[in-house]
Amino acid sequence: MASRTFVAARLPGFSTIAIAVFIALYLPIAMLMIYSFNAGDSIAIWDGFSFQWYERAWENDKVKEVTIRSLIIAASAASISTVAATMAALATTRKKPFRGQTGIYVAINQPLMVPEIVTAVALLIFFASVKVATGYQGLGYLILAHSAFCVPFAYLPIRARLEGMNLTLETAAADLYATPWRTFRYVTLPILAPGIVAGMMLAFVTSLDDVVITLFVKSAGQDTLPTYLLAQIRRQVTGEVNAISTVLLALTVILLTTFFLLTRKRS
Amino acid sequence: MQETEATREAAQVRRNWLLSLPALCLLAAGAIGPLFIMLVYSFLTPGKYGNVEWIFSLDAWRGILFTRDIFDDTLKLADAHLTIFWRSVRLSFMTTVFTFVVGFPTAWFIATRAPRWRAFWLFLITIPFWTNLLIRTFAINQIIRNEGFLNTALIKIGVISEPLNLLYTDLAVFVGMTYVYLPLMVLPLYAAIERFDHRLLEAGYDLYASRLAVLRRIIFPTVKPGIIAGSILVFIPSLGAYVTPRILGGGRNMMIGNFIDLQFGQGRNWPLGASLSVLLLVVVTAALLIYVRFANRDGGHG
Amino acid sequence: MSSDDALIEIVDVTKAFGAGERRFLALGGVNATIRKGEFFTLLGPSGCGKTTLLRLIAGFELPSSGEIRLDGQEIGHLPPFRRPVNTVFQNYALFPHMTVAQNIAFGLEMLGKPKAEIAATVERMLTLVKMTELAGRRTDQLSGGQQQRVALARALAPQPKLLLLDEPLSALDLKLRKEMQVELKRIQHETGITFIFVTHDQEEALTMSDRIAVMSRGQILQIGTPREIYAHPTNRFVADFIGETNFLRAAVKGGRAVLGPGVELPLAAGTADGEVTLAIRPEHIRLVPEGAAGALSATVGDATYFGTDSHVHLTLADGTGIVARQQTDPEGTQGPQAGAVLGVTFPPSAVQVLED
Repeated sequence: MASRTFVAARLPGFSTIAIAVFIALYLPIAMLMIYSFNAGDSIAIWDGFSFQWYERAWENDKVKEVTIRSLIIAASAASISTVAATMAALATTRKKPFRGQTGIYVAINQPLMVPEIVTAVALLIFFASVKVATGYQGLGYLILAHSAFCVPFAYLPIRARLEGMNLTLETAAADLYATPWRTFRYVTLPILAPGIVAGMMLAFVTSLDDVVITLFVKSAGQDTLPTYLLAQIRRQVTGEVNAISTVLLALTVILLTTFFLLTRKRS
Repeated sequence: MQETEATREAAQVRRNWLLSLPALCLLAAGAIGPLFIMLVYSFLTPGKYGNVEWIFSLDAWRGILFTRDIFDDTLKLADAHLTIFWRSVRLSFMTTVFTFVVGFPTAWFIATRAPRWRAFWLFLITIPFWTNLLIRTFAINQIIRNEGFLNTALIKIGVISEPLNLLYTDLAVFVGMTYVYLPLMVLPLYAAIERFDHRLLEAGYDLYASRLAVLRRIIFPTVKPGIIAGSILVFIPSLGAYVTPRILGGGRNMMIGNFIDLQFGQGRNWPLGASLSVLLLVVVTAALLIYVRFANRDGGHG
Repeated sequence: MSSDDALIEIVDVTKAFGAGERRFLALGGVNATIRKGEFFTLLGPSGCGKTTLLRLIAGFELPSSGEIRLDGQEIGHLPPFRRPVNTVFQNYALFPHMTVAQNIAFGLEMLGKPKAEIAATVERMLTLVKMTELAGRRTDQLSGGQQQRVALARALAPQPKLLLLDEPLSALDLKLRKEMQVELKRIQHETGITFIFVTHDQEEALTMSDRIAVMSRGQILQIGTPREIYAHPTNRFVADFIGETNFLRAAVKGGRAVLGPGVELPLAAGTADGEVTLAIRPEHIRLVPEGAAGALSATVGDATYFGTDSHVHLTLADGTGIVARQQTDPEGTQGPQAGAVLGVTFPPSAVQVLED
């Protein structure tokens, strides 16, 4: 009779389900990527390898336009939200709690708790009036909206980094004749830097991926890459969408990998 | 420069508020403030070509459940609205349950790997969590659409002769939401299981518990905070889902999110859209508050 | 105590944390004068206020009342970066994003010293703490003892008038601690800088200090040289905290303490009649045959053998338990047996009258 060591942590079928889940998670994305290199225009029949969809996407002026717009918005929103989040993190971490601190914390995390569609609708209503009142139709609305919902994404890694920082280091700097500003500049900021970069990357990715809020806030002719893709998906799907998606996915994975390497705890 | 404790502390608090100010302004203008304007709009009258007329009205709130009959002007239950609400709740609930059923074994699997591999498996779950939701939904769309991979493959091997109409069904929305929100279930479950003391299992088996009994009587109760957190994290975005039902459900299988959207497009009923949004916000906030109460209670006797 | 060689004067300093019901008095009216060039130790159990006093001198906390004077000037309300005082922190607080040399140079850079001077000072400091080879290392690659040396060099580099050391040796293992004690003495001697050293380790305090302030519950109980503190503790806490001590109650009559029938000890002139507590160190108790002149009768409980000496637990006629320490004699004779009745005598000079 075959006997197997009794492993307490093993639960029957769990590993099988888990492996199936991992396959199910990656298979659709893999298919999408594979067919971005299809020579034919089917999304299900392989006609050989080609870069044609990438070439077409590259030559598509509309794609260029929306990509640049997306990058402008994401870069602006990531910068603005990271600066604001860094300042807020410095104010709300490690200090003696003060009246209103919980309120600030809730406010910063508010975008994580409210369904996007609700914020989107509220912004649509608000900005509609502002647009009428000021006549301004530019990218400012999108940048403001993106900066706002990116704040918690930038805030979390910065706060985590700050909390892990030894407070005595700042005391030591003050002891060694550094004024508060110099303490911040030469001690706090350099130690905080990986957290700030990580926060900025998360904010950038979050802004770059946003569909719903952009859809409701944008004025005519202000499509971003995701809203452009959404419109394309509803029409006849071509490999061009696959190609763009693949590039976007690759970009996200690169940024995320860097993020994990940055925030990884040092041994 | 004469400083005292009191002045030093007051200066510190003042500086904390000043430092928080940019973030608070951003959020006030770009997220929180508009919610209050939306609340005001839900009490106004729809304008003819969208937007609103500044006339007070409760119609938008009444309109959530009732419609006015065009012939005799009586109020009756809006069946179409109820169908949408019911679909939203049902699909969100199914998504939550199903992500738990497959997410729990996955989280368990990751948590029981050797420590140096754990980070790798966890990373595999985290990548989809952060990658574009639109693209992931689109990937599902490509698989299940009529000319998609699934139908083409099934026809080729002769299981079916006509493509199955999977796209634009409730099933498609359910599959899509399960797919995109699964990481939100696995991550908190993993966090809870990782803290789980595996000697408890041995103690359970030692006391004659079967595998099922160990699962039900030892594992589930201990990781309950993770189960609640995962369920809330999946249920809330499911209820407010917009992109997934739009791409996989099409125009006929709307959920609340799409229904709200409709009021600002063809519906031209901004107040109704606003009242629906407020309602959704209230439901979601209530769910969060319940969660916070549960989390605090469970944290109490950890 | 002449005030012209005083470096630091601490005058009626109090420090309270919190307010209202949560108010906690960490220091309740502390006075002390620390002389130039001194190795001054603040000794006491945790929570006695010694670290708070150190932080007040450094400027990390502000006093609730009282004055701290440095060279006669009030500095109690200056921010830390305006005080010519540097600190070696308990866990060193080395900047993790800088090398050893950069850490040492930091204070000098903040003071705006010329580059050449900084380089020369850093070089000198590295030599002083014997870390020249590791100048380019990142601080997280150093051992505990090495980090300790860097922290010391960093605090000494700006040539402060006063160096504060907050339990700097507590994180090191015993062997390293002994080594660093010697090193610290050497460095203090070479630099001539005044050290204020905080510790809860009485042995460390006794071996290293010029003078010790024993603290308890926010008060300084006694200030004196190690010898004074050990040989002449003025109150029960100091006597008990430093070394081992036996306490005896005695009646005072006509300037003599009456311990038992026929056992009297002369006391310092002016001791009023009444009851006093006497302190006597275990090593000063002599064991004599029962009934010897001037001896108290005592019953032996048990004896613990420690190699160089034995601790003999005794019970006096009135039930007071005392401990006597007996040197092991060269013949290795067996000590007193349990249950035996002996006489004990105390040399009058070894007996301290405590203030209570």
